[in-house]
Amino acid sequence: MIVTLVELENGSVSEISLETLAFARSLAAEGGGIAIRAVVVGDVDAPDAVAAELGAHGVSEVLQATGDAFSAYGGAAWAAALQAARESTKSVVVTAAGSPRGMEVLAHLAARLDVPFAANVVSFSGLAPFVVTRQVVGGAAQEEMKLDRRPAVLTVAGHSWTAAAVGGDAATWTTFSPEVAEADLVARVVATGTKDSDDSDSLKSARVVVGAGRGAGGPEGFAAVGELAELLHGSLGVSRVVTSLGWRPHHEQVGQTGSRISPELYVPCGISGAIQHWAGCSSSKVIVAINTDAEAPMMTKATYAVVGDMHEVVPAIVEEIRGRKG
Amino acid sequence: MTDVLVCIKRVPDTSGQVLLTDDEQSVDARFVGFTVSNHEHAAVELAIRMADATGGTVTLLSVGPADAVEQLRSTLALGCQAAVLVEAEPTGLGPADVAAEIAAVVQDKAFDLVLLGNDAADSGDFQVPVRLAYALDRPIVVGASSVEIADGRLKSFVDGPEGEETYDLPLPAVVSVLEGGVEPRYPSLKGRMAAKKVEIETRTPTREPVGANRVRLTLPPAEPNEVEVLGEGPGTAPAVVDLFERLAVL
Ligand SMILES: Cc1cc2nc3c(=O)[nH]c(=O)nc-3n(C[C@H](O)[C@H](O)[C@H](O)COP(=O)(O)OP(=O)(O)OC[C@H]3O[C@@H](n4cnc5c(N)ncnc54)[C@H](O)[C@@H]3O)c2cc1C
Ligand SMILES: Nc1ncnc2c1ncn2[C@@H]1O[C@H](COP(=O)(O)O)[C@@H](O)[C@H]1O
Repeated sequence: MIVTLVELENGSVSEISLETLAFARSLAAEGGGIAIRAVVVGDVDAPDAVAAELGAHGVSEVLQATGDAFSAYGGAAWAAALQAARESTKSVVVTAAGSPRGMEVLAHLAARLDVPFAANVVSFSGLAPFVVTRQVVGGAAQEEMKLDRRPAVLTVAGHSWTAAAVGGDAATWTTFSPEVAEADLVARVVATGTKDSDDSDSLKSARVVVGAGRGAGGPEGFAAVGELAELLHGSLGVSRVVTSLGWRPHHEQVGQTGSRISPELYVPCGISGAIQHWAGCSSSKVIVAINTDAEAPMMTKATYAVVGDMHEVVPAIVEEIRGRKG
Repeated sequence: MTDVLVCIKRVPDTSGQVLLTDDEQSVDARFVGFTVSNHEHAAVELAIRMADATGGTVTLLSVGPADAVEQLRSTLALGCQAAVLVEAEPTGLGPADVAAEIAAVVQDKAFDLVLLGNDAADSGDFQVPVRLAYALDRPIVVGASSVEIADGRLKSFVDGPEGEETYDLPLPAVVSVLEGGVEPRYPSLKGRMAAKKVEIETRTPTREPVGANRVRLTLPPAEPNEVEVLGEGPGTAPAVVDLFERLAVL
């Protein structure tokens, strides 16, 4: 049995959790048709819809952890729920998405069970012994790692698998209320602020995306790329450096822990093209990269490259388009 | 007064090209040199701010080769007071080993607060901080962008999926830090001079390592690609716009 921690986003299953289920299905098939259970923690607004969605993605049963312990997020409490679910199902593999929460909860689980934990797995190459390949060195290298203890605990790197509905019946739904020790409730969220509108849908479906990375230089460095995106009726997409420095909001992030885009045209400016960024933009039809460094990975992987300072090149392109439009 | 321990790891500087050693067990850093990850720089910055605010101290700890004194020394120069090196062969260590060695130092020296990075830049294991918390039987906040101490309690802020999350917990505690919440400082000349005088305490590991379960490292295959260079500088704009017209995106 495989048990997968599933995260919900606005009431439905997050994309990266569905990708993790694609990995789990492949593993289940290799193991001769092992069942996949999903664990969700806390309240669920529309269980029927979630059961249908998870069933379509290959899950036979959903175990929902309920109770006061899960009214707010806490890594240890979530791990306690996952641990109880894994014990009752006697699962030999526990997976979660390579999202911040997936990483945190599975690290807790592995520490509690004193077993190895493989973060950011992209594939597996055998069941006995169970060897997985995972991203290390920020994706620049991969590690083959042996998971020799049970359960095998791993997270699946974002966008390394493609979410796909395979058309199963709705999963059965079971609630359970695991006991959670006092000590597991000490570190939990006591307040949550609000985010600015988190609309990444337009980015995911955009025909044109203009990208900007650290090369933008600061929060004021996005005017020209924004203008270009507008002229091309497209969206702005950014690298993680840009969101973690707070220059732009997270919903604009492209990559492994952001949106996966597949536009006709992607114009990354001042983005080096690290593997985690590439994971989100590699299905773009045409890539026109603008970068001062001709050797940056994005410049060598692109369809077309312009070597130059984005603060000069992008305004020149904007001006040229305006000139031609008259 | 808060005395903070910050754990830093000597890692290859992999912003450029990455090569592997012949035994496929580690990154070959001969041509790139070594550094400390951005998350750990942020953790050091937060620690210095807390120590300054409360009249406490910052101690650095690294588990690794003798050469890790380089990273300890250059980080000391930012304004930390002490440093400990647990000297061990890095390829033999797994995350559980590192966590156990850090725990031994924490227990010995009674630090109330331990800060670490969210994930190490080379091994990317995403677990040493959590394993440390269990080894110490302390609560942990993972991926904090900032921390504060008030009235003996720790407030910690995480950029969560629905907005900024606040944690409020008693000390002692463990926190892993994600870069981005604070701007790390640069060393001052005075800091550099002071760092030279600090005696770095060296220790030996307390137990046999269980290892990292690593079979080997590989480099992802290079995908063949013919990129067409349109040109250099702003003069390329007409060629770019011609291309946009051909692609019918205008
Ligand atoms: C688990 C994990 C998940 C991650 N998820 C993501 C993700 O979802 N998305 C993501 O993007 N990253 C992600 N990353 C981070 C990723 O590894 C890189 O650090 C990040 O993509 C780099 O962003 P960047 O290209 O903007 O910055 P850098 O790598 O610093 O590159 C800046 C580039 O700009 C160029 N440049 C500088 N100045 C100029 C100028 N004036 N004009 C033109 N070019 C200029 C430079 O030559 C360089 O190529 C993740 C990392 C990890 C470990
Ligand atoms: N060998 C080490 N010495 C000191 N700190 C370490 C070591 N390995 C990991 N850490 C700390 O643990 C964090 C997370 O590492 P990891 O779990 O290996 O991804 C790092 O950012 C460091 O702060």
